[in-house]
Amino acid sequence: MKCRVCREPAVIDVRRQNANYCCEHFLRMCRDQVARAIDEFAMVQPGDRCLVAVSGGKDSLAVWDLLVELGYAADGLYIGLGIGEYSDASRDHARAFASSRGLKLTEIDLRAEYGYDIPTGARTAHRAPCSACGLSKRHIFDKAAIDGGYDVLVTGHNLDDEAAVLFGNVLHWQTEYLGRQLPVLPAQNGFPRKVKPLVRLGERETAAYCVLRGIDYLVDECPMAAGNRHLGYKDALNQIEAVSPGSKFDFYFGFLKRAAGHFRSGAEVDQAELRACARCGAPTPGEVCAFCKLVDQAAQPRTVTVMLNQRGHS
Amino acid sequence: MKVLLRNPKRELEIEGPMSVVALLKRLDLNREAVLVIRGDTLVPGDAMLDDSDTVEIRPVISGGGG
Ligand code: SF4
Ligand SMILES: [Zn+2]
Ligand SMILES: [Zn+2]
Repeated sequence: MKCRVCREPAVIDVRRQNANYCCEHFLRMCRDQVARAIDEFAMVQPGDRCLVAVSGGKDSLAVWDLLVELGYAADGLYIGLGIGEYSDASRDHARAFASSRGLKLTEIDLRAEYGYDIPTGARTAHRAPCSACGLSKRHIFDKAAIDGGYDVLVTGHNLDDEAAVLFGNVLHWQTEYLGRQLPVLPAQNGFPRKVKPLVRLGERETAAYCVLRGIDYLVDECPMAAGNRHLGYKDALNQIEAVSPGSKFDFYFGFLKRAAGHFRSGAEVDQAELRACARCGAPTPGEVCAFCKLVDQAAQPRTVTVMLNQRGHS
Repeated sequence: MKVLLRNPKRELEIEGPMSVVALLKRLDLNREAVLVIRGDTLVPGDAMLDDSDTVEIRPVISGGGG
């Protein structure tokens, strides 16, 4: 196989593009795709300050690296979720990347700040771990972006993530979610602008980008993810992709071009009816936001646990 | 050749020579879901692997819908 651009030996084939690339030209293709996504959806303006949601995995480190490569000012925020060894390792990878590049990484520890971690908090609150985790991350990243005066919150969602979420939303006709499943959500009602610059890259490409750039990301998966629906959707889509390269891209970008607009009105009404959470000030349709309710349920003072144990409740 | 796999971590010894595509087929792995790594670089689908090679087959699918 030869590189599409220079005819030197290729290191990777991207079947969706019917193209092969050498290392140099693969990295350039990734930068071009991200620049194009940023441009196409007006994600970031020159001079904007970006806050990147960093997990230590391939996507968040790739998007941070790519933004910096493209000349944007980007700091990182890491949230300590308290998921055992996985969290320790992910934090180490995030720190190592930031310090190797001289980038600013802020860390927030869920247990220290809010009194719970994902495994025990989800159990106490009777929620699925990924649901408690997603809610916590969204709230904390949004708040950090607003409080820190950032113009834009950047996440590492890639084409596979978006196609899998779309697949799930379509399977169950979650029309209110379909209206909001866009690569850019504008700043409004106390939410920061949120952007997904990796939507034009599949996750095989973001992983390859990290390997070829020498970015040491955490390869091991979060133990809470095993067997979840999202992974099932990705697997199903990859089966289709294997026999029909380009299907994931067509599915997601076809949706953006031809279908997303039909669902938008419902989502906009939802947004208009938000007010400030009585507790934390975050935008919410109710009196108290979903995150503050989760904190109430998930955070259990240790003393209570000890007392219950002594009475033989466990 | 020596083949390193993850989830769970294990090591296989497979007789070469064999192309990357054939290796993935033999292991029943979807090309979309993995990268094949030799040293610090990637190996494309048509590359031939022989008995002196050590390759890592790395899954690229991340979980977590949050
Ligand atoms: S897999 Fe679930 S619990 Fe783990 S980091 Fe992702 S959303 Fe959180
Ligand atoms: Zn080239
Ligand atoms: Zn609140």
